[in-house]
Amino acid sequence: MGFEVLLKGNNMIRLLGGLAVALKISLISVCISLIMGTVFGSLMNDRHPLIKKILRAYLEIVRIMPQLVLLFIAYFGTTKALGVNISAEAASIIVFSFWGSAEMADLVRGALSGIPPAQYESSLALGLTYHQTLVYIIIPQIIRRMLPLSINLITRMIKTTSLIMMIGIVEVLKVGQQIIEANRKNYPNAAFGIYFTVFVLYFAVCWPISMLSRYLERKWEA
Amino acid sequence: MNVDVLISYFPRYAEAFLLTLRIGWLGILLSAAIGIVSAFTMYFKLPVLSRIAGAYVEIFRNTPLLVQLFFVYFGMPKLGFAISAETCGIVGIGLLGGSYMSEALRSSLNAVPASQAESAEALGMTHFQAFWLVIFPEALVLSVPAVVANVIFLLKETSVFSAISLMDLMFTAKDLIGLYYDTTEALFMLVVFYIIMLVPVSAAGSVLERKARHKMFGE
Repeated sequence: MGFEVLLKGNNMIRLLGGLAVALKISLISVCISLIMGTVFGSLMNDRHPLIKKILRAYLEIVRIMPQLVLLFIAYFGTTKALGVNISAEAASIIVFSFWGSAEMADLVRGALSGIPPAQYESSLALGLTYHQTLVYIIIPQIIRRMLPLSINLITRMIKTTSLIMMIGIVEVLKVGQQIIEANRKNYPNAAFGIYFTVFVLYFAVCWPISMLSRYLERKWEA
Repeated sequence: MNVDVLISYFPRYAEAFLLTLRIGWLGILLSAAIGIVSAFTMYFKLPVLSRIAGAYVEIFRNTPLLVQLFFVYFGMPKLGFAISAETCGIVGIGLLGGSYMSEALRSSLNAVPASQAESAEALGMTHFQAFWLVIFPEALVLSVPAVVANVIFLLKETSVFSAISLMDLMFTAKDLIGLYYDTTEALFMLVVFYIIMLVPVSAAGSVLERKARHKMFGE
Protein backbone atom coordinates (compact mmCIF):
# COMPACT_ATOMS: atom_id res chain seq x y z
CA MET A 1 0.00 0.00 0.00
CA GLY A 2 3.00 2.27 -0.15
CA PHE A 3 3.94 2.40 3.51
CA GLU A 4 7.21 0.50 2.92
CA VAL A 5 8.72 3.52 1.23
CA LEU A 6 8.68 5.34 4.56
CA LEU A 7 11.14 2.84 6.02
CA LYS A 8 13.54 3.28 3.13
CA GLY A 9 16.53 5.51 3.78
CA ASN A 10 15.64 8.44 5.98
CA ASN A 11 12.27 9.12 4.36
CA MET A 12 10.31 9.13 7.63
CA ILE A 13 12.82 11.50 9.22
CA ARG A 14 12.55 13.82 6.21
CA LEU A 15 8.78 13.80 6.52
CA LEU A 16 9.00 14.68 10.21
CA GLY A 17 11.50 17.40 9.34
CA GLY A 18 8.92 18.84 6.95
CA LEU A 19 6.35 18.80 9.72
CA ALA A 20 8.81 20.65 11.95
CA VAL A 21 9.16 23.39 9.34
CA ALA A 22 5.38 23.86 9.25
CA LEU A 23 5.11 23.79 13.04
CA LYS A 24 7.92 26.29 13.48
CA ILE A 25 6.18 28.79 11.21
CA SER A 26 2.85 28.28 12.94
CA LEU A 27 4.40 28.58 16.40
CA ILE A 28 6.06 31.92 15.59
CA SER A 29 2.83 33.22 14.03
CA VAL A 30 0.78 32.01 17.01
CA CYS A 31 3.03 33.89 19.46
CA ILE A 32 2.83 37.11 17.44
CA SER A 33 -0.94 36.73 16.96
CA LEU A 34 -1.68 36.15 20.64
CA ILE A 35 0.15 39.34 21.62
CA MET A 36 -0.99 41.57 18.75
CA GLY A 37 -4.53 40.20 18.90
CA THR A 38 -4.83 41.04 22.59
CA VAL A 39 -3.67 44.59 21.90
CA PHE A 40 -6.02 45.08 18.94
CA GLY A 41 -8.90 43.43 20.77
CA SER A 42 -8.62 45.73 23.77
CA LEU A 43 -8.40 48.71 21.43
CA MET A 44 -11.64 47.70 19.71
CA ASN A 45 -13.69 48.93 22.63
CA ASP A 46 -11.83 52.22 22.43
CA ARG A 47 -13.99 55.30 22.22
CA HIS A 48 -11.93 56.82 19.44
CA PRO A 49 -14.01 56.41 16.25
CA LEU A 50 -11.04 56.33 13.87
CA ILE A 51 -9.28 53.48 15.68
CA LYS A 52 -12.56 51.59 15.78
CA LYS A 53 -13.14 52.05 12.04
CA ILE A 54 -9.64 51.02 11.06
CA LEU A 55 -9.80 47.90 13.20
CA ARG A 56 -13.22 46.97 11.89
CA ALA A 57 -12.00 47.30 8.30
CA TYR A 58 -8.97 45.16 9.16
CA LEU A 59 -11.17 42.43 10.66
CA GLU A 60 -13.49 42.48 7.66
CA ILE A 61 -10.57 42.10 5.22
CA VAL A 62 -9.29 39.08 7.11
CA ARG A 63 -12.81 37.64 7.38
CA ILE A 64 -13.31 37.78 3.62
CA MET A 65 -9.91 37.13 2.02
CA PRO A 66 -8.75 33.52 1.86
CA GLN A 67 -5.37 33.05 3.55
CA LEU A 68 -3.96 31.66 0.31
CA VAL A 69 -4.81 34.91 -1.49
CA LEU A 70 -3.08 36.89 1.26
CA LEU A 71 -0.06 34.59 0.94
CA PHE A 72 0.12 35.20 -2.80
CA ILE A 73 -0.15 38.94 -2.31
CA ALA A 74 2.55 38.96 0.34
CA TYR A 75 4.89 36.68 -1.57
CA PHE A 76 4.40 37.46 -5.27
CA GLY A 77 2.55 40.77 -5.13
CA THR A 78 5.00 42.74 -3.01
CA THR A 79 7.94 41.67 -5.10
CA LYS A 80 6.38 43.01 -8.26
CA ALA A 81 4.58 46.05 -6.89
CA LEU A 82 7.01 47.34 -4.28
CA GLY A 83 10.23 45.78 -5.47
CA VAL A 84 10.96 44.25 -2.08
CA ASN A 85 12.02 40.64 -1.97
CA ILE A 86 10.95 38.76 1.12
CA SER A 87 11.60 35.09 1.71
CA ALA A 88 8.71 32.63 1.58
CA GLU A 89 9.10 31.94 5.30
CA ALA A 90 8.92 35.64 6.17
CA ALA A 91 5.91 36.10 3.88
CA SER A 92 4.04 33.24 5.51
CA ILE A 93 4.83 34.43 9.04
CA ILE A 94 3.62 37.93 8.12
CA VAL A 95 0.39 36.61 6.60
CA PHE A 96 -0.44 34.14 9.36
CA SER A 97 0.27 36.76 12.03
CA PHE A 98 -1.87 39.28 10.15
CA TRP A 99 -4.69 36.77 9.98
CA GLY A 100 -4.24 35.29 13.47
CA SER A 101 -4.10 38.70 15.15
CA ALA A 102 -7.47 39.61 13.65
CA GLU A 103 -9.04 36.35 14.80
CA MET A 104 -7.55 36.79 18.25
CA ALA A 105 -8.68 40.42 18.40
CA ASP A 106 -12.23 39.30 17.68
CA LEU A 107 -12.06 36.75 20.52
CA VAL A 108 -10.71 39.34 22.97
CA ARG A 109 -13.36 41.84 21.93
CA GLY A 110 -16.08 39.23 22.40
CA ALA A 111 -14.79 38.26 25.83
CA LEU A 112 -14.48 41.88 26.94
CA SER A 113 -17.93 42.91 25.79
CA GLY A 114 -19.37 39.79 27.43
CA ILE A 115 -18.52 41.12 30.88
CA PRO A 116 -21.47 43.04 32.30
CA PRO A 117 -20.73 46.65 33.37
CA ALA A 118 -22.19 45.77 36.78
CA GLN A 119 -18.96 43.86 37.46
CA TYR A 120 -16.89 47.03 37.20
CA GLU A 121 -19.39 49.06 39.18
CA SER A 122 -19.76 46.54 42.00
CA SER A 123 -16.05 46.10 42.47
CA LEU A 124 -15.54 49.87 42.52
CA ALA A 125 -18.36 50.11 45.03
CA LEU A 126 -16.57 47.53 47.17
CA GLY A 127 -13.62 49.87 47.33
CA LEU A 128 -11.28 48.23 44.81
CA THR A 129 -9.23 50.54 42.66
CA TYR A 130 -9.60 50.36 38.88
CA HIS A 131 -6.28 48.56 38.67
CA GLN A 132 -7.38 46.00 41.28
CA THR A 133 -10.68 45.54 39.48
CA LEU A 134 -8.84 44.60 36.31
CA VAL A 135 -6.37 42.26 38.00
CA TYR A 136 -8.72 40.45 40.39
CA ILE A 137 -12.11 40.62 38.70
CA ILE A 138 -11.98 41.23 34.97
CA ILE A 139 -8.82 39.51 33.73
CA PRO A 140 -9.46 36.15 35.48
CA GLN A 141 -12.89 35.99 33.88
CA ILE A 142 -11.54 36.92 30.48
CA ILE A 143 -8.86 34.27 30.65
CA ARG A 144 -11.45 31.63 31.43
CA ARG A 145 -13.50 32.65 28.43
CA MET A 146 -10.56 33.16 26.14
CA LEU A 147 -8.28 30.24 26.80
CA PRO A 148 -10.33 27.44 25.20
CA LEU A 149 -11.08 29.62 22.17
CA SER A 150 -7.49 30.74 21.70
CA ILE A 151 -6.24 27.16 21.96
CA ASN A 152 -8.74 26.34 19.25
CA LEU A 153 -7.27 29.16 17.18
CA ILE A 154 -3.82 27.57 17.56
CA THR A 155 -5.03 24.33 15.92
CA ARG A 156 -6.60 26.35 13.13
CA MET A 157 -3.33 28.14 12.54
CA ILE A 158 -1.40 24.87 12.48
CA LYS A 159 -3.83 23.47 9.92
CA THR A 160 -3.58 26.59 7.79
CA THR A 161 0.21 26.36 7.57
CA SER A 162 -0.27 23.47 5.16
CA LEU A 163 -0.86 26.22 2.58
CA ILE A 164 2.79 27.30 2.65
CA MET A 165 3.69 24.56 0.20
CA MET A 166 1.84 26.61 -2.40
CA ILE A 167 4.45 29.37 -2.20
CA GLY A 168 7.30 26.91 -2.40
CA ILE A 169 8.25 26.17 1.19
CA VAL A 170 9.38 22.57 1.58
CA GLU A 171 7.10 21.42 4.39
CA VAL A 172 5.57 18.04 5.11
CA LEU A 173 3.29 17.81 2.04
CA LYS A 174 6.04 18.96 -0.29
CA VAL A 175 8.51 16.47 1.20
CA GLY A 176 5.83 13.82 0.72
CA GLN A 177 5.51 14.79 -2.93
CA GLN A 178 9.27 14.61 -3.38
CA ILE A 179 9.44 11.15 -1.83
CA ILE A 180 6.58 9.93 -4.03
CA GLU A 181 8.21 11.28 -7.16
CA ALA A 182 11.65 9.90 -6.31
CA ASN A 183 10.20 6.41 -5.75
CA ARG A 184 7.65 6.37 -8.58
CA LYS A 185 9.30 3.34 -10.21
CA ASN A 186 9.92 1.12 -7.21
CA TYR A 187 6.89 2.05 -5.13
CA PRO A 188 4.09 3.08 -7.49
CA ASN A 189 1.58 3.10 -4.63
CA ALA A 190 3.63 5.41 -2.41
CA ALA A 191 1.07 8.22 -2.83
CA PHE A 192 -1.44 6.40 -0.66
CA GLY A 193 0.98 5.59 2.14
CA ILE A 194 2.66 8.97 2.20
CA TYR A 195 -0.48 11.11 2.09
CA PHE A 196 -2.14 8.88 4.65
CA THR A 197 0.87 9.36 6.92
CA VAL A 198 0.77 13.14 6.46
CA PHE A 199 -2.94 13.04 7.31
CA VAL A 200 -2.20 11.08 10.48
CA LEU A 201 0.69 13.38 11.41
CA TYR A 202 -1.48 16.49 11.24
CA PHE A 203 -4.18 14.74 13.24
CA ALA A 204 -1.64 13.66 15.86
CA VAL A 205 -0.53 17.27 16.28
CA CYS A 206 -3.94 18.97 16.29
CA TRP A 207 -6.12 16.48 18.11
CA PRO A 208 -4.45 16.68 21.56
CA ILE A 209 -4.61 20.47 21.39
CA SER A 210 -8.33 20.34 20.50
CA MET A 211 -8.90 17.92 23.38
CA LEU A 212 -7.18 20.32 25.78
CA SER A 213 -9.39 23.14 24.55
CA ARG A 214 -12.51 21.05 25.04
CA TYR A 215 -11.38 19.92 28.50
CA LEU A 216 -10.82 23.51 29.64
CA GLU A 217 -14.13 24.60 28.17
CA ARG A 218 -15.99 21.90 30.06
CA LYS A 219 -14.07 22.49 33.28
CA TRP A 220 -14.80 26.22 33.31
CA GLU A 221 -18.32 26.07 31.96
CA ALA A 222 -20.04 26.20 35.34
CA MET B 1 -1.91 48.82 -13.11
CA ASN B 2 -2.96 48.36 -16.71
CA VAL B 3 -6.72 48.54 -17.32
CA ASP B 4 -6.54 46.80 -20.71
CA VAL B 5 -4.87 43.83 -19.07
CA LEU B 6 -7.59 43.72 -16.41
CA ILE B 7 -10.29 43.72 -19.08
CA SER B 8 -8.57 41.02 -21.09
CA TYR B 9 -8.35 38.86 -17.96
CA PHE B 10 -12.01 39.29 -17.10
CA PRO B 11 -13.53 36.37 -19.08
CA ARG B 12 -11.09 33.83 -17.62
CA TYR B 13 -11.74 35.02 -14.09
CA ALA B 14 -15.50 35.05 -14.65
CA GLU B 15 -15.38 31.44 -15.80
CA ALA B 16 -13.24 30.42 -12.83
CA PHE B 17 -15.54 32.37 -10.54
CA LEU B 18 -18.57 30.38 -11.69
CA LEU B 19 -16.72 27.10 -11.23
CA THR B 20 -15.56 28.08 -7.74
CA LEU B 21 -19.06 29.19 -6.84
CA ARG B 22 -20.65 26.00 -8.13
CA ILE B 23 -18.27 23.66 -6.37
CA GLY B 24 -18.31 25.75 -3.22
CA TRP B 25 -22.08 25.83 -2.89
CA LEU B 26 -22.60 22.19 -3.86
CA GLY B 27 -19.99 21.31 -1.24
CA ILE B 28 -21.74 23.48 1.34
CA LEU B 29 -25.10 21.82 0.61
CA LEU B 30 -23.44 18.44 1.02
CA SER B 31 -21.81 19.58 4.24
CA ALA B 32 -25.19 20.72 5.60
CA ALA B 33 -26.69 17.31 4.84
CA ILE B 34 -23.76 15.46 6.42
CA GLY B 35 -23.78 17.84 9.38
CA ILE B 36 -27.48 17.33 10.10
CA VAL B 37 -27.25 13.54 9.92
CA SER B 38 -24.12 13.45 12.03
CA ALA B 39 -25.49 15.87 14.64
CA PHE B 40 -28.71 13.84 14.93
CA THR B 41 -26.88 10.58 15.53
CA MET B 42 -24.90 12.24 18.30
CA TYR B 43 -27.85 14.07 19.81
CA PHE B 44 -29.98 10.92 20.01
CA LYS B 45 -26.92 8.94 21.17
CA LEU B 46 -27.61 6.20 18.62
CA PRO B 47 -25.37 3.25 19.52
CA VAL B 48 -22.34 2.66 17.24
CA LEU B 49 -23.46 5.39 14.79
CA SER B 50 -22.85 8.20 17.26
CA ARG B 51 -19.36 6.82 17.86
CA ILE B 52 -18.67 6.82 14.13
CA ALA B 53 -20.01 10.35 13.78
CA GLY B 54 -17.87 11.50 16.71
CA ALA B 55 -14.73 10.00 15.20
CA TYR B 56 -15.54 11.52 11.80
CA VAL B 57 -15.96 14.99 13.32
CA GLU B 58 -12.68 14.75 15.23
CA ILE B 59 -10.72 13.48 12.22
CA PHE B 60 -11.94 16.10 9.78
CA ARG B 61 -11.79 19.01 12.20
CA ASN B 62 -8.19 18.26 13.07
CA THR B 63 -6.64 17.93 9.61
CA PRO B 64 -6.14 20.59 6.92
CA LEU B 65 -8.34 20.53 3.81
CA LEU B 66 -5.25 20.54 1.60
CA VAL B 67 -4.04 17.29 3.17
CA GLN B 68 -7.52 15.77 2.91
CA LEU B 69 -7.71 16.68 -0.77
CA PHE B 70 -4.23 15.27 -1.50
CA PHE B 71 -5.14 12.04 0.23
CA VAL B 72 -8.44 11.64 -1.61
CA TYR B 73 -7.23 12.89 -4.99
CA PHE B 74 -3.73 11.40 -5.20
CA GLY B 75 -3.79 8.68 -2.53
CA MET B 76 -7.12 6.94 -3.00
CA PRO B 77 -6.66 6.12 -6.72
CA LYS B 78 -3.86 3.77 -5.63
CA LEU B 79 -6.55 1.67 -3.94
CA GLY B 80 -8.73 1.89 -7.03
CA PHE B 81 -10.99 4.79 -6.01
CA ALA B 82 -10.29 7.41 -8.64
CA ILE B 83 -12.60 10.44 -8.84
CA SER B 84 -12.48 13.60 -10.92
CA ALA B 85 -10.98 16.77 -9.48
CA GLU B 86 -14.39 18.42 -9.43
CA THR B 87 -16.05 15.60 -7.49
CA CYS B 88 -13.06 15.55 -5.20
CA GLY B 89 -13.50 19.26 -4.50
CA ILE B 90 -17.20 18.90 -3.72
CA VAL B 91 -16.63 15.83 -1.54
CA GLY B 92 -13.67 17.53 0.17
CA ILE B 93 -15.65 20.65 1.10
CA GLY B 94 -18.62 18.45 2.00
CA LEU B 95 -16.64 16.26 4.39
CA LEU B 96 -14.65 19.11 5.96
CA GLY B 97 -17.74 21.30 6.26
CA GLY B 98 -19.87 18.41 7.48
CA SER B 99 -17.73 18.09 10.57
CA TYR B 100 -17.97 21.81 11.33
CA MET B 101 -21.72 21.94 10.64
CA SER B 102 -22.22 18.88 12.81
CA GLU B 103 -20.46 20.56 15.74
CA ALA B 104 -22.46 23.78 15.25
CA LEU B 105 -25.79 21.96 15.18
CA ARG B 106 -24.97 19.52 17.99
CA SER B 107 -23.98 22.28 20.39
CA SER B 108 -27.12 24.24 19.47
CA LEU B 109 -29.31 21.18 20.06
CA ASN B 110 -27.70 20.77 23.47
CA ALA B 111 -28.14 24.48 24.19
CA VAL B 112 -31.95 24.33 23.88
CA PRO B 113 -33.13 24.46 27.51
CA ALA B 114 -34.54 21.18 28.85
CA SER B 115 -37.64 23.06 30.01
CA GLN B 116 -38.65 23.44 26.35
CA ALA B 117 -38.87 19.69 25.86
CA GLU B 118 -40.64 19.26 29.19
CA SER B 119 -43.19 21.98 28.40
CA ALA B 120 -43.84 20.47 24.98
CA GLU B 121 -44.56 17.11 26.56
CA ALA B 122 -46.72 18.70 29.24
CA LEU B 123 -48.78 20.14 26.38
CA GLY B 124 -49.36 16.60 25.15
CA MET B 125 -46.84 16.42 22.31
CA THR B 126 -45.16 13.13 21.56
CA HIS B 127 -41.36 12.93 21.71
CA PHE B 128 -41.27 13.12 17.93
CA GLN B 129 -43.48 16.19 17.79
CA ALA B 130 -41.55 17.90 20.56
CA PHE B 131 -38.34 17.39 18.64
CA TRP B 132 -39.57 18.45 15.19
CA LEU B 133 -41.84 21.29 16.22
CA VAL B 134 -39.96 22.74 19.19
CA ILE B 135 -36.39 21.64 19.78
CA PHE B 136 -35.08 21.38 16.22
CA PRO B 137 -36.41 24.78 15.03
CA GLU B 138 -35.01 26.45 18.15
CA ALA B 139 -31.65 24.78 17.65
CA LEU B 140 -31.59 25.93 14.02
CA VAL B 141 -32.07 29.54 15.11
CA LEU B 142 -29.38 29.16 17.77
CA SER B 143 -26.95 27.75 15.23
CA VAL B 144 -27.25 30.64 12.75
CA PRO B 145 -24.08 32.56 13.78
CA ALA B 146 -21.96 29.40 13.68
CA VAL B 147 -23.43 28.26 10.37
CA VAL B 148 -22.83 31.66 8.76
CA ALA B 149 -19.22 31.60 9.96
CA ASN B 150 -18.85 28.08 8.57
CA VAL B 151 -20.24 29.05 5.15
CA ILE B 152 -17.77 31.93 4.86
CA PHE B 153 -14.95 29.69 6.05
CA LEU B 154 -15.82 26.98 3.51
CA LEU B 155 -16.09 29.43 0.60
CA LYS B 156 -12.63 30.73 1.54
CA GLU B 157 -11.27 27.19 1.76
CA THR B 158 -12.20 26.62 -1.90
CA SER B 159 -9.01 28.56 -2.70
CA VAL B 160 -6.93 25.41 -2.09
CA PHE B 161 -8.63 23.60 -4.99
CA SER B 162 -5.94 24.91 -7.29
CA ALA B 163 -3.62 22.32 -5.70
CA ILE B 164 -5.60 19.49 -7.33
CA SER B 165 -5.60 21.43 -10.59
CA LEU B 166 -9.19 22.59 -10.58
CA MET B 167 -9.45 25.75 -12.68
CA ASP B 168 -10.66 27.92 -9.83
CA LEU B 169 -9.87 31.60 -9.16
CA MET B 170 -6.57 30.83 -7.47
CA PHE B 171 -5.47 28.53 -10.30
CA THR B 172 -6.37 31.16 -12.89
CA ALA B 173 -4.34 33.81 -11.08
CA LYS B 174 -1.34 31.50 -10.80
CA ASP B 175 -1.66 30.50 -14.42
CA LEU B 176 -1.88 34.09 -15.68
CA ILE B 177 1.08 35.18 -13.55
CA GLY B 178 3.09 32.35 -15.05
CA LEU B 179 2.01 33.20 -18.60
CA TYR B 180 2.25 36.99 -18.75
CA TYR B 181 3.98 38.04 -15.55
CA ASP B 182 1.43 40.81 -14.91
CA THR B 183 1.46 39.90 -11.24
CA THR B 184 -0.19 43.05 -9.93
CA GLU B 185 -3.11 42.86 -12.34
CA ALA B 186 -3.66 39.15 -11.84
CA LEU B 187 -3.66 39.46 -8.05
CA PHE B 188 -5.90 42.52 -8.20
CA MET B 189 -8.51 40.61 -10.20
CA LEU B 190 -8.21 37.72 -7.76
CA VAL B 191 -8.99 39.99 -4.82
CA VAL B 192 -11.85 41.66 -6.70
CA PHE B 193 -13.51 38.33 -7.47
CA TYR B 194 -13.16 37.06 -3.93
CA ILE B 195 -14.77 40.29 -2.73
CA ILE B 196 -17.63 39.76 -5.20
CA MET B 197 -18.01 36.22 -3.91
CA LEU B 198 -17.83 36.85 -0.17
CA VAL B 199 -19.10 40.36 0.60
CA PRO B 200 -22.72 39.49 -0.28
CA VAL B 201 -22.50 36.31 1.82
CA SER B 202 -21.02 38.22 4.73
CA ALA B 203 -23.69 40.92 4.50
CA ALA B 204 -26.54 38.41 4.15
CA GLY B 205 -25.09 36.56 7.10
CA SER B 206 -25.23 39.64 9.32
CA VAL B 207 -28.88 40.24 8.39
CA LEU B 208 -29.71 36.60 9.10
CA GLU B 209 -27.95 36.76 12.46
CA ARG B 210 -29.89 39.85 13.43
CA LYS B 211 -33.16 38.17 12.43
CA ALA B 212 -32.23 35.09 14.43
CA ARG B 213 -31.54 37.23 17.49
CA HIS B 214 -34.98 38.82 17.14
CA LYS B 215 -36.56 35.39 16.96
CA MET B 216 -34.84 34.37 20.18
CA PHE B 217 -35.30 37.47 22.28
CA GLY B 218 -38.30 39.17 20.71
CA GLU B 219 -38.20 42.66 19.25
